[in-house]
Amino acid sequence: MEWATQTDTKVRTETGTESGPRGPGCSLRHFACEQNLLSRPDGSASFLQGDTSVLAGVYGPAEVKVSKEIFNKATLEVILRPKIGLPGVAEKTRERLIRNTCEAVVLGALHPRTSITVVLQVVSDAGSLLACCLNATCMALVDAGVPMQALFCGVTCTLDSDGALVLDPTAKQEKEARAVLTFALDSVERKLLMSTTKGLYSNAEFHQCLAAAQAASQHVFRFYRESLQRRYSKS
Amino acid sequence: MAEAVPVAAESFAGCRARAARTVLGQVVLPGDELLLPEQEDPEGPGGAGERPLRLNPGTRTRVRVVCGPGLRRCGNRLLVTKCGRLRHKESGSGGGVYWVDSQQKRYVPVKGDHVIGIVTAKSGDIFKVDVGGSEPASLSYLAFEGATKRNRPNVQVGDLIYGQFVVANKDMEPEMVCIDSCGRANGMGVIGQDGLLFKVTLGLIRKLLAPDCEIIQEVGKLYPLEIVFGMNGRIWVKAKTIQQTLILANILEACEHMTTDQRKQIFSRLAET
Repeated sequence: MEWATQTDTKVRTETGTESGPRGPGCSLRHFACEQNLLSRPDGSASFLQGDTSVLAGVYGPAEVKVSKEIFNKATLEVILRPKIGLPGVAEKTRERLIRNTCEAVVLGALHPRTSITVVLQVVSDAGSLLACCLNATCMALVDAGVPMQALFCGVTCTLDSDGALVLDPTAKQEKEARAVLTFALDSVERKLLMSTTKGLYSNAEFHQCLAAAQAASQHVFRFYRESLQRRYSKS
Repeated sequence: MAEAVPVAAESFAGCRARAARTVLGQVVLPGDELLLPEQEDPEGPGGAGERPLRLNPGTRTRVRVVCGPGLRRCGNRLLVTKCGRLRHKESGSGGGVYWVDSQQKRYVPVKGDHVIGIVTAKSGDIFKVDVGGSEPASLSYLAFEGATKRNRPNVQVGDLIYGQFVVANKDMEPEMVCIDSCGRANGMGVIGQDGLLFKVTLGLIRKLLAPDCEIIQEVGKLYPLEIVFGMNGRIWVKAKTIQQTLILANILEACEHMTTDQRKQIFSRLAET
């Protein structure tokens, strides 16, 4: 586990400033989040990571179609809308990944025979789209007051041809990378909720990326806390 | 690096269990764990003063703690499930009630809540009432003051109903009545013809219905009015003229994001006109 702790400290030092210029490899882009910006949904949030921006709306616990009703828990539904055109296979895959992540943290048993619908609209895609979608979903669920046992966040990292690790990559970095890995982590124990990967990487590299993502998730969760505190300070 | 590591350690500690007393009135997030203070602490001076609540009381007196909305019991701790400010109310026996005061729009029926519903259907001997929850509530035609099998209440589809939940749990269809336990209407029933219904967040309704709410007293001084608050986020208001009704509705909607000073200013300006 020697390597894991090494990357850990390396990442921490370099992600010290979130809004600062991108470091030599491992730093997160600037975050921004606005909650409760839509009037119709029960909860809404827009999340920005660099130039990637996603708008999320949550409806629920609401009425559910009889065919989709689950007798002992809430039915979770995620709809991802691309910036242009109709949703395709890529969107359906992401919807499924987001839904599985949500199911792990949402306490659906408290609202049986209801539906919780998350609608995501991609506003602009400049890399790390799935991670941004996950973060927007989490903030919208919190805004809607859906009971959850923990918060979650998404972190994307890439490995390029010489093995260097980049956190929160841009679209260009994603395209040039040898492997792209996206993780969803919970806020209580930093446990892995979901992972999706593309490209070639070794077992050790996977663990290295996971450790880096876990370290980066602290910054995301700290950002969550700050932005929610700011929201509640108004009232 | 020497500076970065403590920061990380502090943020990790942020989600570890904290004592409930120390975070009262602060914002808590889903996943936070809270420790409850032990009421009786015989070996007090040595300890930190706070230890997790034990379910088996042993020789100590039993402390009754009630988990309100947004909190769940998780082992010997409280797990926060909603984002909002942590509130606490002492009860006679100590312990008291803890809950999370969150800003929500969606209503979840709670037994005993007074709500405003809209009649959506009449089927046989029950009405279906939309209360904004996940399914419509049922309302028996016998649950009105003075109603008998012969003497049916005059309720049409589209009417507004002010009633109270007698059955509201997650597994069953909610059921409303428009009488209290003595069979009296007590203000409940069909809401009159005119007036305006609008929706606000649930947090604002709770604020307005608080026993010492200044807003309601100030509004009452402005114009003579009739007003009904439903815990499901609906407000029905009626004043002498349509203009006054609209002014009142706008003020109440705007109250949510105004400070006390701003509100006082607006009320004084309205009182002059």
